[in-house]
Amino acid sequence: MALDKNEVLEGLTEIIVDETGIDPADIALDRSFVDDLDIDSLSMMTIVTLAEDKFDVEIPDDSVKDLVTVGDAVDFIAGA
Amino acid sequence: MIAARSARPGARVVAVDGVRGAEAVPNAALAPAIDSSDEWIRSRTGIVTRARAGAGVSMLDLAEAAGRRAIERAGLEPAQIEAVILGSVTHFSQTPAAAPALAERLGARGAAAFDISAACAGYCYGIGLADALVRSGGAEHVLVVGADKLSEFVDPADRSISFLLGDGAGAAVVAGSDRPRIGPTVWGSDGAKARHVGQDIDFREAVATGVWPTLRQDGPTVYKWAVFEMAKVALEAIAAAGLTPDQIEVFVPHQANLRIIEQQVKRIGLGLDVIVAKDIVETGNTSAASVPLAIERLGRERPGLGGKLALQIGFGAGLAYAAQVVELPPAPAGQTIHQPNN
Repeated sequence: MALDKNEVLEGLTEIIVDETGIDPADIALDRSFVDDLDIDSLSMMTIVTLAEDKFDVEIPDDSVKDLVTVGDAVDFIAGA
Repeated sequence: MIAARSARPGARVVAVDGVRGAEAVPNAALAPAIDSSDEWIRSRTGIVTRARAGAGVSMLDLAEAAGRRAIERAGLEPAQIEAVILGSVTHFSQTPAAAPALAERLGARGAAAFDISAACAGYCYGIGLADALVRSGGAEHVLVVGADKLSEFVDPADRSISFLLGDGAGAAVVAGSDRPRIGPTVWGSDGAKARHVGQDIDFREAVATGVWPTLRQDGPTVYKWAVFEMAKVALEAIAAAGLTPDQIEVFVPHQANLRIIEQQVKRIGLGLDVIVAKDIVETGNTSAASVPLAIERLGRERPGLGGKLALQIGFGAGLAYAAQVVELPPAPAGQTIHQPNN
């Protein structure tokens, strides 16, 4: 069963805040990980791996580069 | 019936020492070729300088200097070394191995001697083997050397790994003990990920094309493995030693990237008071040499670590990994030792 996107966004926001210290108010579906949130490729791998554990989904390493915005990640996780 | 040698109750690391390449290469010297900056390299890797050896210094020169210092520090004569185990991926001959030549140079003539090709896990593989050899009665004193001159395999324009790499050698003497002072080695490999770090082309292709092979890595993939899978391995090594993470006093991971080290500390659940080796900041990633060099630095900078429980873990190309808890030997004294550039 697909995960609820709001719940995914909430959970993902928690992970991002924990890992980066970014203000949760700055995290929204249209925000780019790199350009808006200044999250580099290594932090991104940490966030992705923690999200895999949290939502019990697999996000292949090759797919991570396609997750440009927070919304992309929410869609991938919710649809996985 | 076949007789066996008498086993020993345990083994210990008697002494650790090492040498680094003489030149401290700053980020600014490498940044232009990769369209980068000192700030970018520091934020991604924690590295400020990397130690590199001159053209006249070989991997074997570094290994010899480190080995000699470790044997002296252990209070032994070279002839007392019965086995020499060399972890390296920068020996230029497929055969013969470098370890017999190293044993000869050191005066450990006749010692059993062989190379390990386990890249950044080479030293911890070697400590695992030395522990087993000593406990089984196979040798009384074993010299384990991790030595690499990675600057031979860098591409200045490569943004994936070359700018991380340094040159150096670290060595340990392992001997018998009244009880285990080296914990069980937890080791393994993941060949399915072999393509993610290593030479870009093999030597046949290099000869056919006239292009020298250099190292490459798939950084984010290796990072994920190094952080999350190696944290599990580290916890296994702690448990195998009959310990819990709160009993670990010193953490000496392979010096691949400061970001990896900081995440490993978090994922393993090590306490804030644990001393964490960060030799990478000045030395860079020296592959098989990085764990013993990090121990050497800790010993100089923080006197009194002898007898402390240290978790050490090596991981890298293969992918290959090995971890064990060891009681640290008495610290080396004095200044950083650089191999002369000649």
